[in-house]
Amino acid sequence: MNDLTELLIDLAVIAVFIGGISQFRTPAGARRGNLTAGLAFAIALALVVYRNTFGDVWVVVLAFAVGGGLGYLISSRINMTQIPSLVAFQNGAGGGAACLVSFVELTRAGSELSALNSVFGYVGLVVGGATLAGSIVAGGKLATWFKQQPVVLPGHNAILLLLIAAGVALAAISGTAAAALPVAGIAIAALALGAIFAIRVGGADMPVLISFLNTCSGLAAAFVGVAVGNQMLIAAGAMVGSSGLILTLVMARAMNRRVGNILTGGHMTAPDAAGPAPADSPEVEVPVEAAATAEPLVSPEPEAPVAEAASPLERARALLAGASSVIIVPGYGMALAQAQAEVATLATALEAEGKQVRFAVHPVAGRMPGHMHVLLAEAEVEYDKLFEMDAINDDFASTDAVLVVGACDVVNPAAITVEGTPISGMPILNVHEAKSVIVCNLDEKPGYSGVPNPLYDEPQAVLLFGNAKETVAELSGDEA
Amino acid sequence: MNEILLMLGIFAVTSAISYALISRVPQRLHTPLMSFTNAISAVTILGALLLFSGQTASAPTSSASGLSAIEVVLGGLAVLLAAFNLVGGFAITDRMTRMFKR
Repeated sequence: MNDLTELLIDLAVIAVFIGGISQFRTPAGARRGNLTAGLAFAIALALVVYRNTFGDVWVVVLAFAVGGGLGYLISSRINMTQIPSLVAFQNGAGGGAACLVSFVELTRAGSELSALNSVFGYVGLVVGGATLAGSIVAGGKLATWFKQQPVVLPGHNAILLLLIAAGVALAAISGTAAAALPVAGIAIAALALGAIFAIRVGGADMPVLISFLNTCSGLAAAFVGVAVGNQMLIAAGAMVGSSGLILTLVMARAMNRRVGNILTGGHMTAPDAAGPAPADSPEVEVPVEAAATAEPLVSPEPEAPVAEAASPLERARALLAGASSVIIVPGYGMALAQAQAEVATLATALEAEGKQVRFAVHPVAGRMPGHMHVLLAEAEVEYDKLFEMDAINDDFASTDAVLVVGACDVVNPAAITVEGTPISGMPILNVHEAKSVIVCNLDEKPGYSGVPNPLYDEPQAVLLFGNAKETVAELSGDEA
Repeated sequence: MNEILLMLGIFAVTSAISYALISRVPQRLHTPLMSFTNAISAVTILGALLLFSGQTASAPTSSASGLSAIEVVLGGLAVLLAAFNLVGGFAITDRMTRMFKR
């Protein structure tokens, strides 16, 4: 087999990969696309095995069996609410592999890389290592192993620059015939770089960090591809890089912020903004009870023929009972409370009464791109009931009741009405235009942005604070 | 020099095609898209395998792997991590896409 034939075969495999991506239009197509790419992968692996003779075969086979077996077991057992952290860890594993391959390639005895191969080897080493450490931090945050709040070190940027400078200096000294020690130093600097980079991003900014790390793992693969001279690595890495880049930009645009601003900790670093997130701060001075009991003072809207003394739960039930159109807005709080099944049950019950029920999903709701869609799919909500922001935003004004489940910033009208807040200018779901709004959030604290939500004070809003799993179940208790 | 041009070309063309295709992926498939591309980034496993073949750019002449003990360990770890990413990525994407119903 000559070089040209090999190249053509490689390009054919790359085309199969691209064919897989092109099927990501519908869920059924996505499944086919996934299998297509899996097939392309099998061919690529077979080609590499066919074209080369291997030493230490048993090590390779054992490592593949252990890694693949673990990957399969975890993926098939894991709960859907843990998907964001699993994806982050898988991403990190890819970065780690790129880092290790670069390390061995750069330092192996008896080899002399060209200057070009070396440069890309070093870049792959750094990007791969940083991806590994960054993904572990991100995955740990998403798994709530540690706090989601951003951690900003004194001189954070200076530390990052110093680490990069140290890596570049060590690479320059090592050159093309590198000794293990300095290269290990670069790898350690890269790990520190990734971890310190990732700790500064938290909470609602996680989708952007995850997408960005996805980009990095792709680029690391592409760089390693140049270092080892393999076209398939370069092409596949480029695909992943593009995909991650698009998701990063989509997420940033949905927040009306710059990618750089988000990834450098931006201005979303409100002191104790926990979002509708963990119930870890009972100390907040705003008495939740006060908010819940203060509601009779608010003049009730005429469409709810309920006595002023009715409890929020009764009012909410009456609103739903009297509504002919309902839009449900899920947020990270739904994921955190694992309330998706209860939400789906309520939706089914409302539909059984002949009401129109739709879901409105903000692009950055949750902690990773598409987070809400996966949770609702798990709860067997039909996906043609899920609407993206632009498709449904004009319909809120004509909707009888909106049910907000664990979402705050993405429905905060302050984004439109107040200048100079972290979310000013961010496109939001126009929940405030609806005739009535039922809010099933943990408490009335602001979302991750730290901007108080004036929606809570609107007369048409009914606030049901507490664990969304319970409050939503209570709502449907009456409906069912 | 030809080689670098070829590599750059492949990178640029694949990036452009992927960008065009992925821009049209609907929002509801973003999580599966991410785990799917994640699985593809495990392509690094090819690089890890090549370490054991002596057929990479730095190719030592011997046909056996020619790796030292520590290099075997590191290379094996690379295969393990990449296989975790590869198999797990495709498996979770399959599971997620099967959940979506009409």
